[in-house]
Amino acid sequence: MELLERFALGDLEAFETLFRQFQGQMYGWIVRIVRDSGVAEDLAVETFWRIYRARARFDPAGNFGAWARRIATNIALDHLRTVRSEVELPENLPQSPSLDPAVRRDIRERMERAFQALPTKLRVPATLALIEEESYAEIAGALGISVGAVKLRVFRATRLLRKKLKQLGVEL
Amino acid sequence: MNRREDEKLKAALKRALPPMADVELERDLWPQMLRRLAERPAQVPWFDWALLAVLAIWFFFSPEAIPILLYHL
Repeated sequence: MELLERFALGDLEAFETLFRQFQGQMYGWIVRIVRDSGVAEDLAVETFWRIYRARARFDPAGNFGAWARRIATNIALDHLRTVRSEVELPENLPQSPSLDPAVRRDIRERMERAFQALPTKLRVPATLALIEEESYAEIAGALGISVGAVKLRVFRATRLLRKKLKQLGVEL
Repeated sequence: MNRREDEKLKAALKRALPPMADVELERDLWPQMLRRLAERPAQVPWFDWALLAVLAIWFFFSPEAIPILLYHL
């Protein structure tokens, strides 16, 4: 019997084999979304826990990696929604007059704050597309949306980010 | 917004939030997974219990169905 068939029937050894085969990949994907290695480890275990619980619904003829990544993405999104801190953006900050290292660091911090203030729905596709340079198709598969929807979310994230950066007095 | 400005924004973003693509898992998570499995054992879905209840009632009222069912298993 094939590995995926055994897993779907609840064979723990088959699950362990799949776990060891995919744990690095799932962790790598989650850490790109949540950007915290400790949290990503916990969420990777949570992902496999949900995978194990949902084993009976898995089609052994299907793609285990894609299915697992979709579950991992949903878990990472849920996590970001629950821990999301409300970032207050101060208005009318002075413009940066020079580009010495301290100012550059300040710009980086403002940039980070502006980005973290984006809604999760826009921030995650923007993180994966702009920072991690994942393909739109890959992101669409993981989020369970169309490539067009991913492009639209990245576009909206970029537009909103520019607006927030302007609010923070950051000129690129 | 033109492409050049998009590229500038992307570069600035990467400076502020460096890519995590190279971050690798440093330990095996299987022991943690086993603890998790032990904490919350897999539960039998409610419909399995419902099916069992239906079978029990059926066998109680028509015990002659038991050998027929065993034959088909």
